[in-house]
Amino acid sequence: MSEADSRGRVMVVGGGITGITAAIEASEAGCDVILVERSAYLGGRVAQMHQYFPKLCPPVCGLEINLRRIRTSPRIRCLTLSEVVEVQASDGWHRVTVEQRPRFVNERCTACGACVAACPESRSDSFNYGMGTTRAIYLPTDLAWPFRHTIDPAACPGEQCGKCLPACAYGAIDLKMTAQRREFEVQSVIWATGWEPFDASVVDGLGLHSNMISNVQMERLAAPTGPTKGRILRPSDGKEIESVAFVQCAGSRDENHLKHCSSVCCMASLKQARYVRAQYPNADIYVYYIDLRSPGRQELFLAESQQDERLHLVKGKVAKVTEDGTSGDLIVAAEDVMAERSIRQKVSLVVLATGMVPALRNHSASPSSMLSRDPHGFLSNAQLLPGHFAAGCARQPMDVASCVRDATSAALKALQSCVSSHRG
Amino acid sequence: MADEKKNVAVFLCRGCDIGAALDIEALEKVAREERSVSVCRSHPFLCGDEGVAQIKESVQSGVTSLVVAACSGRFHSQTFASDSCFVERVNLRELVVWSHEPGNEDTQMLAEDNLRMGMARALKAEMREPAKLAAEPTILVVGGGPSGMAAARDASRAGFRVVLVEKEADLGGWLRTFKRQFPKSAPYRDLESIDLDRQIRELENDPNIQIYRSAAINSISGQPGQFEIELEVNGSAIQTKAGAIVQATGWKPYDASRLGHLGYGRSPDVITNVEMERLSATGKIHRPSDGRPPKRIAFIQCAGSRDQAHLPYCSAVCCRASLKQALWARELDPEVETYIFYKDIRTPAQSEDFYRRAQEDPGISMLKGDVVSVAAADAGSREPLRVNVENTLLGPSIAVEADLVVLATGMVPVAADGEVIRNLRDAKAIINKGEQGPQLDAARQLIADRGHLEGTDLLHLTYRQGPDLPVLNNGFPDSHFICFPYETRRTGIYAAGCMRAPNDIEGCIADAQGAVLKAIQCIELTARGATLHPRWEDRTVPDFQMQRCTQCKRCTEECPFGSLDEDQKGTPLPNPGRCRRCGICLGACPERIISFGDYSIDVISSMIKAVKVPDEFEEKPRLLVLACENDALPALEAAGVARLRYSPFVRVIPVRCLGAVNVIWIADALARGFDGILLLGCKSGDDYQCHFIRGSELMGTRSENIRQKLVQLALEEERVRIEQIALSDYQRLPALIDEFAAQIEEIGLNPFKG
Repeated sequence: MSEADSRGRVMVVGGGITGITAAIEASEAGCDVILVERSAYLGGRVAQMHQYFPKLCPPVCGLEINLRRIRTSPRIRCLTLSEVVEVQASDGWHRVTVEQRPRFVNERCTACGACVAACPESRSDSFNYGMGTTRAIYLPTDLAWPFRHTIDPAACPGEQCGKCLPACAYGAIDLKMTAQRREFEVQSVIWATGWEPFDASVVDGLGLHSNMISNVQMERLAAPTGPTKGRILRPSDGKEIESVAFVQCAGSRDENHLKHCSSVCCMASLKQARYVRAQYPNADIYVYYIDLRSPGRQELFLAESQQDERLHLVKGKVAKVTEDGTSGDLIVAAEDVMAERSIRQKVSLVVLATGMVPALRNHSASPSSMLSRDPHGFLSNAQLLPGHFAAGCARQPMDVASCVRDATSAALKALQSCVSSHRG
Repeated sequence: MADEKKNVAVFLCRGCDIGAALDIEALEKVAREERSVSVCRSHPFLCGDEGVAQIKESVQSGVTSLVVAACSGRFHSQTFASDSCFVERVNLRELVVWSHEPGNEDTQMLAEDNLRMGMARALKAEMREPAKLAAEPTILVVGGGPSGMAAARDASRAGFRVVLVEKEADLGGWLRTFKRQFPKSAPYRDLESIDLDRQIRELENDPNIQIYRSAAINSISGQPGQFEIELEVNGSAIQTKAGAIVQATGWKPYDASRLGHLGYGRSPDVITNVEMERLSATGKIHRPSDGRPPKRIAFIQCAGSRDQAHLPYCSAVCCRASLKQALWARELDPEVETYIFYKDIRTPAQSEDFYRRAQEDPGISMLKGDVVSVAAADAGSREPLRVNVENTLLGPSIAVEADLVVLATGMVPVAADGEVIRNLRDAKAIINKGEQGPQLDAARQLIADRGHLEGTDLLHLTYRQGPDLPVLNNGFPDSHFICFPYETRRTGIYAAGCMRAPNDIEGCIADAQGAVLKAIQCIELTARGATLHPRWEDRTVPDFQMQRCTQCKRCTEECPFGSLDEDQKGTPLPNPGRCRRCGICLGACPERIISFGDYSIDVISSMIKAVKVPDEFEEKPRLLVLACENDALPALEAAGVARLRYSPFVRVIPVRCLGAVNVIWIADALARGFDGILLLGCKSGDDYQCHFIRGSELMGTRSENIRQKLVQLALEEERVRIEQIALSDYQRLPALIDEFAAQIEEIGLNPFKG
């Protein structure tokens, strides 16, 4: 396929499930796509998830198919470690400036891993949300794509160390690599910048406890590829859990924090409860909620979950989490609204169902400052420049299937922009 | 055979430990001496510029097939790709040196066998012409509600022609009833109006859109790119064509007459939310019984939803719809009091603001509880209705009086279950033929259970597997895949809007846009002779040697995508545009007459036969692993990336799907002296992960044939095992393989060796 039979040029910002899907769908409809991802690999949040609700299937399964479509597509160009820094629009075309941070590893890398063995420095493992470490030069996961190592400049002392250089037989490591700016002319931009987990430790009464984790960390604990090889071990003492409390709306639906509902946390906690129960048949699970939100056919999953006698669904908001002496256990104080009584429940682990913060909200630099956002910080299609579209959790909190639908819809709108600017 | 015309070049990479762990000269010898290859070279770093240049050079010098023995084919797929020649990737890295002991005899034998299998495939594989179809750049949109209207508008804006078919005399669907909607834009607090007339005018004025009102579909035949459609419009038949179809047939409210316990049908003042919509649209709410304005309105949420006795699912919009109606009623009459009885209030994302707005209104009270009944007073009485609620915050059992009760009834999809309708037809044929015994009983049972679905056809597809899309559950023809919500089992036909899943209007529009994009892709790829996801861009096409067909109908019945029709005798009639290249037909065919250029009985058999099986005195067992290339193969490779070790006696052949495994290969392997066969595929069952829907399930049912084959050969059943493996399971793969190897060792070597 040549540039000649291209239907137009589209940029997709964000390489999570929404961005990947938008890029693939637009490219398979004939557009050339530049996919811009901030981290060193594609997949975003879903690559870090253990299972999807309600099928309890592994996200890497669909991700692998999608990455195959990207790898074999002559129409998709993928830029990792990259961010959009400027957008200029004229006549249906947009000139976009992308800044690519240095990977310090070039395309000659074969991911053989000899460099890792030579590296003396370590860093906190961001893929595992800080649970565990990697070397300063690392492969984000066994299934990472691009399948290439990367260096964390915050952990690597650079040339003064340089131990990785002789270890690499392919001349793939370049510690002098610098950031690069590139300009692209495109007819449409899809913003699929996704979300970040809310830091719920700021919520009154919750605070910081070593055995209180967030729901995204729970996904890594449960994953066979995670820091505990899939066993649910609590952080303080590595003990296997006997009971778990889920705190719903930890920061969401809250006037003081996130006013919106994050849409997926109820189902995410039910899912986590289910896989914990499957692994620990004697564990008790407590889910403290305001409303249980399992829309559409997700309701069938809720109904199934309600059959489990050791899965206790309690309507009531958690007031306080405290530590139980030196046992490492936590005490969850809540009100059982329906039974009109207060509860103090001792558990081995507390999981905060932290909500979604739009990832763009935390970035004040241009061009995100030119993208007008709703009061919650999400992008709104109605307020964007012509040819610009928001998709997935950049637009509103939604589950994976909805993100994919939204991405496919955005791909159509991008295609329309290409068709109309071509005519013009 | 194809062999003679082939000019094969073999390139071996020595990088990434391959050169250090293996005897490369010995590998080159295998290539040179065992097969007539024109070029055989090794390179220290094949994916580097120099290596790639060497490959390019040999391709230009007339090589027809290239064997690249290096890393996994999942990497550098573009680096080593070629338009003019067949490329076979032999995995020496992840599947050999990264997962087995370096410098070991067994590791070397594994590498040599992998190379032999790759060369066998390169010699046998044919590059056939793709089946390009002249594709009609028109999209048929079935249904003129919000989803269908959005589909039509957006397909036209993308430059495609549209045929829009609506069964009613007017476009708009439920938008003709719903005059106001809950908010979809900031500040997410105010009711929004809908300008339906403007939307209809845009469609009417669009020269790319042909609208048929009061129209139904008589039949749809053909395949993507070339659908032939007959419509019936005002009594006359109209023929038209389309390249792809978006079905947006919408929903109907749950039948409230089944909700007698909630007073429906027993008091005129118990109405549905749809009826409330009509009352509100008049600008003044009058109660049906006496025309007086109600003073107290009760909304009962989940009336027939989230209820095993009615609709087990949640209709996703009723909470917001009732909040809207309560606010609207308060706007029309500030004196009115409203009560909303709910199980859970479901206002996702930013619509939480809308919920908050309703909570701020002192005239709207929300009460969690289970409404058990609505008691209606006798006709003509002025007594109010009594809503009886249990398990509330105010007590275990309370009664609230209201003079108008609104039941928030849910959505029922307007969709037909194509597979069931097909089965009903088969059942009738069985009865008419006068069959006896269990077949007759099953046919009668089906008609008793599902007979009411007869005649519900909407699309009237002339497909062998039924006239409409297959249904997933609860009547919705939704996708089973979370990652792929537009996956369809009838290629080129995409469900959108509330017939696919309960949706709000904004969701319906997004859904319709996505479906249109898939329809456009389908038209474009069909024209290029390529298929769609998950084998995107695959241009191979199954070839049927019809003269040897015995009309057993296994292929036409088992194709997950309904791509094969049948003639009168039962001979398959292929439709390459519907085909997704999964190869399940090839797996099904007992006569082995179905083949793809690069994936055929002969190609895979040749690979199996290329493996050098040591004789029994060497005591080195050989285990054949047929691995689904979607999950099992990447899982094996990921195990290599993680440097996990397992038995070096395995020989892995990737297959398109476990359903694309023909039993003859298993017989071939056993005859060849393989001691055990491991079939690795995706999960089957209700929560299947098979990308081809029922491939791994079909392998399960075919395992009976395998068992019989083993019995026939007087071999132990345990020699063949089927395992379901997900990509995320890669860390448990080595143990699984080693356990199987140990079991085979215990059983002993295959007596058919040598």
